[in-house]
Amino acid sequence: MEKLPEPKQPEKLIDDKGIRIDGRRLDQLRPIKLEVGILDKADGSAYIEQGKNKILVGVYGPREAHPKHIALPDRAVLRCRYRMAPFSVDERKNPAPSRREMELSKVIRESLESVVLTDLYPRTTIDVFIEVLQSDGGSRCAGITAASLALADAGIPMRELVAACAVGKIQGHMALDLSDAEDKYGEADLPVAWVPNANLVTLLQMDGILTTSEFEKGLTMALDACKTIHGMQQEALKKKYLVIKEVAEEREETEVVA
Amino acid sequence: MVIVAEPKQVVAPGELLAEGDHQLGDNSFKVGTRIFSACIGIFEVDGNRVTVVPLKGGYFPRVGDLVGGRIVDVGLSGWTVDIRAPYEAMLPASETPGPRGPRRRDLSESFDVGDMVLSQVLAFDRTRDPLLTVKGPGLGKISTGRVVEISAAKIPRLIGRKGSMISMLKRETGCQITVGQNGVVMLWGKSPENERVAVEAIYMVEREAHTRGLTDRIREMIAKSNVVGEVARTQAA
Repeated sequence: MEKLPEPKQPEKLIDDKGIRIDGRRLDQLRPIKLEVGILDKADGSAYIEQGKNKILVGVYGPREAHPKHIALPDRAVLRCRYRMAPFSVDERKNPAPSRREMELSKVIRESLESVVLTDLYPRTTIDVFIEVLQSDGGSRCAGITAASLALADAGIPMRELVAACAVGKIQGHMALDLSDAEDKYGEADLPVAWVPNANLVTLLQMDGILTTSEFEKGLTMALDACKTIHGMQQEALKKKYLVIKEVAEEREETEVVA
Repeated sequence: MVIVAEPKQVVAPGELLAEGDHQLGDNSFKVGTRIFSACIGIFEVDGNRVTVVPLKGGYFPRVGDLVGGRIVDVGLSGWTVDIRAPYEAMLPASETPGPRGPRRRDLSESFDVGDMVLSQVLAFDRTRDPLLTVKGPGLGKISTGRVVEISAAKIPRLIGRKGSMISMLKRETGCQITVGQNGVVMLWGKSPENERVAVEAIYMVEREAHTRGLTDRIREMIAKSNVVGEVARTQAA
């Protein structure tokens, strides 16, 4: 079996031609693969691959709130759990919930709460489980992207899909969608989640130091990327149904010919 | 007054449907003058009304709905019923047919845990759990036939425009079919084979609810299975 390369600091994050270690330009996203409805038992589900990230999301609900005292009289409670599998990183991750996982669960929940129409289902809960199977930097953003798809796949009414993407600063340059190495050895990281029609930023965190102009440039880059991702999300969501439609209608046509 | 999205097409949440003074149907919402979809579904325009018919989603109770449910608990004065909604439904003993007044006997003699009941939603107002009744023709315990559970979102398609789909299914398979609004479909056929074909057809409606020409395709599928529906019935009569 191929052994994973030992994590070590690369000499340069950007080469002389302005190309990053994984061959991308500064304003380029990693390849993204989105799939919807891949879990049978969950009400809604989605799977995202973004670079080496592999994240699976399952959504349950709206369902009865348990324990009952957490239920709210006027709207549904959105519960969210972001979790990294022990095998998702180079060194085994302790499976106990860490400080980081709890924080990410909270910020992801808040990001999703702004689009889900929770007031339609009082006294219920909607549960979102984000399982990171393989982590490669920017997993909170990929998690939000997949979670909003899974919510839509569950048929839960929502204002729109949330798209998320990170930018960062490596070797003094603003770069889009940082990979694990760039995140670790770069100077700053800025995850952004965006709701396009309402033009709302629902997640904005920053790790490291950026000047005002760097921040502004980074935010513009991130929002542009969110726009691209949002288009991919809509396509992935519809694809599931369009495939069935195509197959069914084609079968009919061949039957008519026969 | 502009329709932006293509009618009869699949729309995603947040997709712009129309602009202007349209009437809001299910699963749509308005921001300023722009109307958006709130879920994944089929966009429909009916006169001035814009609606999104969902492709996925659970059951949300409405007063008057016919629902199939499973008894999960027997209490002193009624039953708790799972009607596949986000709320537990109550069926009080006073809402069963029979003489009124205090009953000494054990309620599990009428319905026990695990029994299927066909009932109607008597009251539900979002602040309290739904209340059911089994008073009425055809309501009560289901002890024969078959029960098929499909997504509640696909029930409108199973019934079809003015009941076209369901009446075709009944006619062609020779089965008696009762559709619960919560996605529980009960059917009684003359032979296990008839029931099997009807079940298969119902699953096909669920899977292909958003496709064109579904009624014809299903009629063909039933015809191929060599199950006699109407003919058998005339012979019996």
